[in-house]
Amino acid sequence: MLIYLLRRIMQSGFVLVAMSLLVFLGVYAVGDPIEILISPDADQIEKERAIQALGLDLPLWQQYLVFVGKALQGDLGRSFVFNEPAIQLILQRMPATLELAFGSMFLSILIGLPLGLYAGLRPNGAISKGIMAGSILGFSLPTFWVGLMLIMVFAVQLGWLPSTGRGDTAMLFGISWSFLTGDGLSHILLPAINLALFKISLVIRLTRAGVRETMLMDYVKFARAKGLSPFRVTFVHVFKNILIPVVTVVGLELGGTIAFSVVTESVFAWPGMGKLIIDSINVLDRPVIVAYLMMIVLMFIVINLLVDIVYTVLDPRVRLEAKA
Amino acid sequence: MRLTISAIAMACTIGAASAQNLTMAVGAPVTSLDPHFHQLSPNNAVAGMIFDRLVNTDAQARNVPGLAESWSAVAPDTWEFRLRRGVRFHNGSEFTADDVAFTFGRVPNVPNSPSSFAGFVRPITRIEVVDSHTIRFTTNGPYPLLPQDLSNVYILDRETHANATTEQFNAGPMAVGTGPFRMIRHANGDRIELERNDNYFGEPPAFARVNYRMITNDSARAAALLAGDVDVIDQVPTADLARLRTDPRVTLAETVGLRIIYLSVDHMREDSSPFITDNDGRPLARNPMKDVRVRRALSMAIDRNAITSRVMEGSATPAGQFLPPGIFGHVPDLGPPAFDPEGARRLLAEAGFPQGFRVTLHGPNDRYPNDGRIIQAIGQMWTRVGVRTAVEAQTWTTFVARAGRAEFSAFLIGWGSNPDGSHPLRNLIACQSRERGWGNSNRGRYCNEAMDTRLMEAMRTLDNGARERELIALQRLIFDDQAIIPLHIQTNIWAARRGFVVTPRADELSLAQSVRPAVAR
Repeated sequence: MLIYLLRRIMQSGFVLVAMSLLVFLGVYAVGDPIEILISPDADQIEKERAIQALGLDLPLWQQYLVFVGKALQGDLGRSFVFNEPAIQLILQRMPATLELAFGSMFLSILIGLPLGLYAGLRPNGAISKGIMAGSILGFSLPTFWVGLMLIMVFAVQLGWLPSTGRGDTAMLFGISWSFLTGDGLSHILLPAINLALFKISLVIRLTRAGVRETMLMDYVKFARAKGLSPFRVTFVHVFKNILIPVVTVVGLELGGTIAFSVVTESVFAWPGMGKLIIDSINVLDRPVIVAYLMMIVLMFIVINLLVDIVYTVLDPRVRLEAKA
Repeated sequence: MRLTISAIAMACTIGAASAQNLTMAVGAPVTSLDPHFHQLSPNNAVAGMIFDRLVNTDAQARNVPGLAESWSAVAPDTWEFRLRRGVRFHNGSEFTADDVAFTFGRVPNVPNSPSSFAGFVRPITRIEVVDSHTIRFTTNGPYPLLPQDLSNVYILDRETHANATTEQFNAGPMAVGTGPFRMIRHANGDRIELERNDNYFGEPPAFARVNYRMITNDSARAAALLAGDVDVIDQVPTADLARLRTDPRVTLAETVGLRIIYLSVDHMREDSSPFITDNDGRPLARNPMKDVRVRRALSMAIDRNAITSRVMEGSATPAGQFLPPGIFGHVPDLGPPAFDPEGARRLLAEAGFPQGFRVTLHGPNDRYPNDGRIIQAIGQMWTRVGVRTAVEAQTWTTFVARAGRAEFSAFLIGWGSNPDGSHPLRNLIACQSRERGWGNSNRGRYCNEAMDTRLMEAMRTLDNGARERELIALQRLIFDDQAIIPLHIQTNIWAARRGFVVTPRADELSLAQSVRPAVAR
């Protein structure tokens, strides 16, 4: 286990270095931040001053070395437009995104698992067919459209829920959270549903497929033949075995949700990291873009590692040493 | 009975409380509360609520007394500003001439600024504090634009802001000004909460508390207004205009702005221009855009009314010059060029292109309202007179860098003017010159030395009447030469829920002090 972990960490370091190079080159290839940031009536003197102030007068390889040098000391650069450390900006916005991502994951499991289980146990029932048809909608409707429709129906027409923003927040561990106040919860509900829609469908389909496959297994037949109650067969023998694919996918989806909830965050004006990154791309705030992508890479590495470890807990047959 | 009374009393308190508060949503993110860090409209709007300038500007972009009560040129190269007495910063510190001197020293020295305010104080060669409330600025020769320039510089306090960093402004403790509102809380990229400054020297704002939110998605912003979550929004999307105009819950406030949308063409290359070919796709021996007849023909081929009424849904006015009426330097009776496809064909033939040519028209697709659709419309109009036009719209970040390197043959772009005729002339039309600091956004590289010499002289004329006459003459000259092809001037639109009235501003700034409760009917 220890050797496996060490090897994984070394691999991760290599991935990080390669990504930093790719991201840096990629960001460098897009546009000219000075043209975007500077006031259009700024003269040559002012332009030259700005280029120097932002460190854009150096050749690319020097800019990269400066970046790497600072990154090794934990400094991923300063935002061009906020004049604050990029990492601090991202961390400020992270709680909002995290609570939205976990909220939507919670919803997707809460709604997806039971529906999938039902559809798997009674594959030919009318309700099951309805569930499966609904899950197609969840897959295929574009997020931004669903988001706007949710706002139009629940905020504008019915007036039940607020349309945008985070609402009141309460402090916990020195960070503001929305889910701790009633007003905040009412604000988080619509964006969380919007973000969860795709994942609910995914969980439903995975669960249903898993249940249908597992039901045919010998050990399930044996358990039934032994006279165990259908409840025990379903929730002990079947349920535990279908969880592995579900955990994998939900884990990876969580990473994707944290990293790329851009659309939902802009539609609901949710002040999270997704909104920060899209605003930063619009003004070519290179340090923030680079820092953000580096953090996302790191996060995916960690999530994958955690998923591997959860496997061993769920399924004693999986040995990490063997897998590596 | 008692119950009824208390219910009514409660209803009244709620009514009063809601009238005390204003929630407004703006479409562009505010990035910094440091008023000297980044010269950017949304940041300037917030600075305009918390801070003041020596010279403030009213809704029609006219200079009005701010922290200075009056100003005059006491010598050809010296301006004297007489400052308001008894003004205090939000923390109680008194405003004096020394604070002005301190501010002007800080402006060019804000670390890491991506676009500083240094250009506005650079004409000043010497600052003399005459007494606690009189200050004199010496300029390098006569400089009539100083009051105009200083209407961009927000005044700080020496005692409070001596070593203030941008981060301290953003976090809050340093966001202390003399303005109508004081800062309560700043949630970066989300909202800014403000409270009325009861000691404000000017007209007191109508609302005790303001929640200034940033909702960058157009549809979401409009939906938040309709849902009643916000009272006022700016940058109303043109797609929603028709619906909002008829919605009884909403009133619109509109005014002609200072932003012109225009086409620029390649004036730089004498021989072949990169995106112009003959009808068979071969490069031309000469650049047709160098011929004023071609430029005029291309302008005449555009049906500006169709663009403003159909594409822009009425949120723009066809333009034949930079500035709308009422602004210093507006040219009287220079209307938009008439739509005349026949005349355009004749002119093209006269210029030696009876069969026209091929051109690619470039433009952004995410910068100005409907920018991508406007160039599509123009592409069709040009093709109709024989100039077969391909249209290429791209994202602003890529587009503006390429336009800045003069890579295009014809492209659409916009310009927000200061309310002074010399501003667009200096930046868009004058030859690029590092020494003069001119031609900074002259992406077509038009260059007319005779115009520049006359503009130089006008810029040293203190007599406003004589200067305006010369600026008008120069604009007639360059529009006669069709240096650029003006399309339209945008209308600035705010939408408010019933019960709120917005005074629309020509300079596009969304200020909480521009909003008042509607008079009860």
